[in-house]
Amino acid sequence: MEGDIAQLGQFIGAGIAGLGAGVAALGVGNVAGNFLAGALRNPSAAASQTATLFIGIAFAEALGIFAFLTALLLMFAA
Amino acid sequence: MASESTNTTGTQSKGNGRVIAYVLIALAAVLFGLAYADGYGKLAIAPMDQFKVKPLFGGDTIAWYTPTNVTFWLGMSILSIFALMVMGTRGRAVIPSRGQSMAELAYGFVRKMVEDVAGKDALPYFPFIFTAFLFILSANFLGLIPSSFTTTSHFAVTVVLALTVFISVTVLGFVKNGTAFLSLFWVSSAPLVLRPVLAVIELISYFVRPVSHSVRLAGAMMAGHAVLKVFAGFAGAMGLGGIVPVFGVVAIYGLEVLVSAIQAYVFTILTCVYLKDALHPHH
Repeated sequence: MEGDIAQLGQFIGAGIAGLGAGVAALGVGNVAGNFLAGALRNPSAAASQTATLFIGIAFAEALGIFAFLTALLLMFAA
Repeated sequence: MASESTNTTGTQSKGNGRVIAYVLIALAAVLFGLAYADGYGKLAIAPMDQFKVKPLFGGDTIAWYTPTNVTFWLGMSILSIFALMVMGTRGRAVIPSRGQSMAELAYGFVRKMVEDVAGKDALPYFPFIFTAFLFILSANFLGLIPSSFTTTSHFAVTVVLALTVFISVTVLGFVKNGTAFLSLFWVSSAPLVLRPVLAVIELISYFVRPVSHSVRLAGAMMAGHAVLKVFAGFAGAMGLGGIVPVFGVVAIYGLEVLVSAIQAYVFTILTCVYLKDALHPHH
């Protein structure tokens, strides 16, 4: 094991930033789970709302992607 | 075997198609094995190597005119769109062939999406949205061929796509609505005190759009293919026990097919949402 303390901090920071992707997974699961709960109560209205579902998932996912981007920037651009 | 029984009962052309498909699958498996033969027996995982841009005809230097594997697979995706939309619909049959009905399904799907999400007056921009959808879909699917190259896993490709959407939508908003387009950032339904704060937040979220739009596509593609490669590396390292990770690869591959289609869908539907904001900026 060699390397300097700055590189250590860089790698640890990238790892912590990667945690954000996991938290975004909670958000995506929340959107999809609530959609399913609503869809099972009123199945006839579900088909018209799939576009909204995907937009919601995309917005929740975007914040996880920013965490991934931060990790990438720390790893390769810092 | 189920395949043999259907071969004897099916028509001759169907049987020929199946034989060709099996030969192609066997060829792909052999090529895949050869590609990983040097990694046998040791843990050789280099999941990011597949995203390297290499000159197509050997050599090391890459100039702007050098044909690379990116050039090749971008061309392949355009050729496959051509094959589906031009060659596939050549018959113009009332009862469509398989190729024609695929093309018609894709057309109807995206047209309905544009109409539902962005409204009737967004239909003049349908050709661009449909082209973007087909391009991303075919690039994603072609990238799933073993030892091929996923062009949409590179930010250079997706950022150009997202910036095209962002700039054209912004210009369109100003051309269609004039300065009234700025009311997109001035939330008139909120209390007056909150409006300047909301305007700052809306402005930031507007300019973050191309970032999330492009990084979502590239990130999903890159992450999925890297996971596939990591599992393939396990299979190479485990020898005979490698059959277990191979099943994992098959399962993740199925997931990746789903993700490829969903990412193309999400990119297109977000383009529709941005277009709706440009055409009708009032909240």
